[in-house]
Amino acid sequence: MRRLLIPLLAVGLLASACGGNDTPSGNEKITLTIAGFGDFGFKPLYEEYKKTHPNIEIQERISDYSAHHQSLISHLATNSGAADIEAIEIGYLSSFTATPNRFHNLLDLGAKDLQSTYLPWKWEQGLSTDKKTLVGLGTDVGGMAMCYRTDLFQKAGLPTARDEVSKLWPTWEEYVATGKKYKAALPDSFFMEASGNMFRAIVEQAPQGVYDDNDKLVVETNPLVKKAWDLTVDAIGAGLSNKLTAWTPEWTAAFGKGTFGTIVCPAWMTSYIETNAKDASGKWDIAAVPGGAGSMGGSHLALPKQGKNQKEAFELIKWLTAPEQQKKVFKATGNFPSTPSLYTDPDLTSFSKPFFNNAPLGKIFTASAQAVKPQHQGPKQGDVFNAIGGGLGRIEQGKQAAPEAWTQVLADCKKLA
Amino acid sequence: MRTWLYKVDTRVSPYLYIAPFFLLFAVFGLWPLFYTAYVSLFDWSLLKDEHTFIGLQNYGEMFQDSYFWNALFNTVSILALSTIPQLLLSLLLAHLINRRLRLKTFWRLGMLLPNVTSVVAVAVIFSQLFGRDFGLINWTLEHLGLGRVDWQAGVLSSHIAISTMIIWQWAGYNALIFLAAMQAVPKELYESATLDGATEFQQLRQITIPSIRPTIIFVVMVSTIFGLQVFAQPQLFAGGGGGAALTGGSDRQFQTLTLYLYEHGFSRGFEFGYASSVAWVMFLVIVVFAFINYRLVRRIKK
Repeated sequence: MRRLLIPLLAVGLLASACGGNDTPSGNEKITLTIAGFGDFGFKPLYEEYKKTHPNIEIQERISDYSAHHQSLISHLATNSGAADIEAIEIGYLSSFTATPNRFHNLLDLGAKDLQSTYLPWKWEQGLSTDKKTLVGLGTDVGGMAMCYRTDLFQKAGLPTARDEVSKLWPTWEEYVATGKKYKAALPDSFFMEASGNMFRAIVEQAPQGVYDDNDKLVVETNPLVKKAWDLTVDAIGAGLSNKLTAWTPEWTAAFGKGTFGTIVCPAWMTSYIETNAKDASGKWDIAAVPGGAGSMGGSHLALPKQGKNQKEAFELIKWLTAPEQQKKVFKATGNFPSTPSLYTDPDLTSFSKPFFNNAPLGKIFTASAQAVKPQHQGPKQGDVFNAIGGGLGRIEQGKQAAPEAWTQVLADCKKLA
Repeated sequence: MRTWLYKVDTRVSPYLYIAPFFLLFAVFGLWPLFYTAYVSLFDWSLLKDEHTFIGLQNYGEMFQDSYFWNALFNTVSILALSTIPQLLLSLLLAHLINRRLRLKTFWRLGMLLPNVTSVVAVAVIFSQLFGRDFGLINWTLEHLGLGRVDWQAGVLSSHIAISTMIIWQWAGYNALIFLAAMQAVPKELYESATLDGATEFQQLRQITIPSIRPTIIFVVMVSTIFGLQVFAQPQLFAGGGGGAALTGGSDRQFQTLTLYLYEHGFSRGFEFGYASSVAWVMFLVIVVFAFINYRLVRRIKK
């Protein structure tokens, strides 16, 4: 009996010892998990953070875009399994800001004083609908530009210098008109990779997109949406679209083969172009996007309520999204900072890349981020764009005429309301 | 006392030994089944805390949704296009490998390889083979002067592409199951059949197939059950993880029932109530199909 008793006692003592340590003190090891998708460029920063915070251990979990967000939702619903820190892309963020109860309110953790650090519209995006809860701190912003192939433009007899190219298309109508010239000169090449991307860019630039400020769907009633649709249909009809779907193997391969001449490029897209079109260094360049400024993509870092180490986690995301760190991320990955104090930093504004024919990425994306006017995003933002994208896909594949496709899009959107 | 214990032991022990399976089945099989039925009666979003009871409304909505019927059609079409050729191919493969061959183990292992490969890897590679612009199959077709096919765009072409992945993965596996059954068929039957002048094909039809009838029933049932739940292949075939991966193409041309369930459960506001009702209808569809197939296959002569 005695032989049994001692280990039992020891186990009991250990258990109570662990139980007593729910509030971690300064010198104890704390492991923070951070879950994301794609490449946030945080890896080298963790090492740096650990130097000043020796008690923090950081574990990163990376999966692909949809898998990441879907597992986040099931983790939130079942109240277990979420990481201490979760990255949320703007396409999903609006469904969480509509029901923010599963996240720590960052305003209670000390985010109140940080508001001026970030772009006002980036800050807004992280706020709940009632503005009382801050769900996430902004990482990068997707200010748009237009990336284009100088070699293909030259073959098509179009100007190749970025300022002249920007002058070709102050509006999207002129962009499509340029595309028609391009197609006439190069019948085997395509002007853009996918029509859905163009449509999305036009809508994201508008003061009001597919939702109004009260989260009501306005696809049918917002004339700008229909105008964007009609212009996109016109571009499809003229054979400008390569009819690719983003993130598919065909899409990736098309970069390498150089089958299309332009792509709407938010800052984060530049790193995808660089990795997918390795052989095309120096052939890509960056011009202004038609139609003025707009934002596409970008993410926030949020703390699910189930995470216990919210103080330490908040310290970490505050640090990761601080200007210093965002600058490093930008230089490594192209993700553009959401902190305006950097926009006057010569180190950032003078940044350029040989891959993009030495285009001044820093300057271009600064101008683009500063000009963005915020647009309200509704709870099913991503689904609405999927429904419309499906309609454009049906036209591209010749399955439906434009009016039928639009009728089906409206019916699909009604089901989402 | 001893004899009593002995009696209890012999009577009760077998049940104790099989109990763990049934306990686990109850926890991980039955309970979710009933809980799903319960959830399907609610307006149950993953993101919300309140769930409103709405009775059979989810089912009513589903039966009125033309996309549901479209998904059912696609599922059955892919089931037919994959299972029928696959079983015939498996029978043929098993028949071939049942003869005297050199390197027997090598061939048998080789047949199992596609099945050991992860579904994801198979689907990714086949999606590239069936690629519109840079796919090997289109490249070959073009060189043969037959023109390119946009495999994803068409109803039939996408179903063929997806069925090919399923056949590739399961034909060898089922062939091995058939082979195991074939080896139990007495050799004398074939010997006397050969003496009577029966051809190879006659032997397959008259001796082999009737003799392995129970195995065929089993394989047909299992293939039906798996075939109606096909998910990874159509999802990865669309690729990209965006809208098309949820709807199975822009026109829902290859959206199966599981993809339809997934679309509602994991996008569109995470309607788990609705997704649960889809899951239950799927369960019933599978039961019905398994039953029909059972009746069909049972008609093979003994």
